[in-house]
Amino acid sequence: MSMLETLLGTFQTGSGFWNPIVWIIVAALVFLITYILRGFGNKKYKKGTEQVKSFLSGNPEYEKEKMHVKGSNLFWGFTESLKWIFDILHKMHTGNISDYVLWFVIVMAVLFLLVGLM
Amino acid sequence: MNIIDFLLQHSPALIVAIPLLGAFLTPLISRINNKARNIFVILILGLTTSIVFLLANDVFAGNIHTYVFGSQDLALPIVRILFEVDAMSAFMAIIGSILALVAVIYSWAFIKENTGLDKFYTLILLTTAGMFGMVLTGDMFNLFVFLEITSIASCALIAFWTNKGKSVEAGFKYIVISSIGALFLLFAIALLYGQYNALNIATLANAIQFSFLDKIALVLLIAAFAMKAGIVPMHMWLPDAYSKAPASVTIVLVGATQASLYGVFRVCFTLYGNTINLSPASIGWIIVLLGLITMLLGVAMALIQSDFKRLIAFSAVAEIGFMFLGIGAGLTVLGNAEMMAAIGIPAMSGGVFHIMNDALDIGLLFLVAGAIYYATRETSLDKLGGLARNMKYTTVFFIIGLFAVSGIPPMNGFASKLLIYESTFQLNPILSIVAILSSIMLLAVFVKVFHSVFLGPSLPKFKEVKEVPKSMLIAMGIIASIIIVFGLFPELIINNIVEPAVSALVNYGDYIREVIPTFTGGI
Repeated sequence: MSMLETLLGTFQTGSGFWNPIVWIIVAALVFLITYILRGFGNKKYKKGTEQVKSFLSGNPEYEKEKMHVKGSNLFWGFTESLKWIFDILHKMHTGNISDYVLWFVIVMAVLFLLVGLM
Repeated sequence: MNIIDFLLQHSPALIVAIPLLGAFLTPLISRINNKARNIFVILILGLTTSIVFLLANDVFAGNIHTYVFGSQDLALPIVRILFEVDAMSAFMAIIGSILALVAVIYSWAFIKENTGLDKFYTLILLTTAGMFGMVLTGDMFNLFVFLEITSIASCALIAFWTNKGKSVEAGFKYIVISSIGALFLLFAIALLYGQYNALNIATLANAIQFSFLDKIALVLLIAAFAMKAGIVPMHMWLPDAYSKAPASVTIVLVGATQASLYGVFRVCFTLYGNTINLSPASIGWIIVLLGLITMLLGVAMALIQSDFKRLIAFSAVAEIGFMFLGIGAGLTVLGNAEMMAAIGIPAMSGGVFHIMNDALDIGLLFLVAGAIYYATRETSLDKLGGLARNMKYTTVFFIIGLFAVSGIPPMNGFASKLLIYESTFQLNPILSIVAILSSIMLLAVFVKVFHSVFLGPSLPKFKEVKEVPKSMLIAMGIIASIIIVFGLFPELIINNIVEPAVSALVNYGDYIREVIPTFTGGI
């Protein structure tokens, strides 16, 4: 098998396969088709008028610098609904070195128990 | 004997000796000037990397290398240390060498405003030498010594920014945790030495009986190495250390952490390989369980972080879970040839390939975080924004890292995760469901970072921000290029690098027979 064939070869995963080169060609085709479809869009909008402004439920638009959504606000709904889990995780991470050692001892104790039963 | 043969013959010793010697020479070279020192350190690590690749090329062809320090005659009761390099050792050495080389190239500009740089580079070289020693040695006590060298040098590097209290605190936590882990490791080695009067891994593996004391030693070894590898719930030192160290140090720490991960695998597969067959599934399932918890907790904690580097550190924890899942799944079917071929080998290939991928992906993301800090002096996601306008190359590198770490095709992370998903699905579908869920959450985590840091309007306080210097871009570019190549040609990498490493782990008998030719066990 030549080097080129090896490079372009399909990777057999055991129960499936994966060929990144084919994937890239298909992805490029999809992008091309999307770009062509985009070309059929309506180009008759008026620049610099109300038509290009964001519609925020009728509220006035803030300055752009003030519109940036902060990192902590992202996925708010997800983190809020699972707050009880995140609270437990937060409490685990005390930042106290004694607690770090305690977790090490706990894991070691569990491992002793499991390996002892083998 | 030509120079290449000479280098190959002595390569196990040279790979450790060159950075070690370089570490002691660095303060002297610093006396000339800073540029000479930087070039010297890059040359030292460039030379070491070349020798690592030379050795790896030979080892991947099926040759196990041994190197004896001391008497060659095993019958003589003389202290000797034996290095033994199989494909798994070579695989880990490749990762360590790439990370260390990239770290010093990145450091050229990143750290140049700081004082004490002769010590900084000395410590980087010492950490690298320790890391190489850990993965190349065939001696348990020597492994402990190199672990200590790595830990002490890493501690000083984590606390390098001594003007920042939190860096010093992170360094302190790291050395306390490392020392406790190392003490238990030493205790385990003493238990084995007391029973078998040997420290050599192959000799111990040949003699080990899985007695009560051996079981105690096994637990101590796994717990100590797993803590150093950042397995949940012993991971808590890792976000502190990774986030407070300079970015170029963090990438070396990633390599050091993975050397500890190698320790877990060497213990389970080689040292206890012959006896763990008594109940391989139990140990395998323990590792799988630890992997699942590590993935879920790591990614959940990453999601709620608002500090860029701390977020990546928790993602690194989650990534370690993927490796444990893959390797653990392989261990559950070790000894069953049919299951091993169908599930074990693909799962372990995924796990081992992911060690390399994680080092590259997480390494690149840490370098990007360092670049953002260098340009803005800020790591809070709430205070950053709109930087894609000012830092175009860094943005591209981040997108590559984002795709890779989240397992998005066609990046390298996809190939290794695909192997893990498919093989663990056959073992138990819940395993692959949890793994896919964790991967999706990782994508969400880094989409959050992408939005917070790079997208959005240009913020007035970052109007003057410019792209980072060339040395930092080159370092990020090297890793990004490797990620793309590994992603585009996974078959090439798996066939030539990953499978020999997996084979070395599974066929542990070859490792033992290299020292004990009469050994009859193994697969």
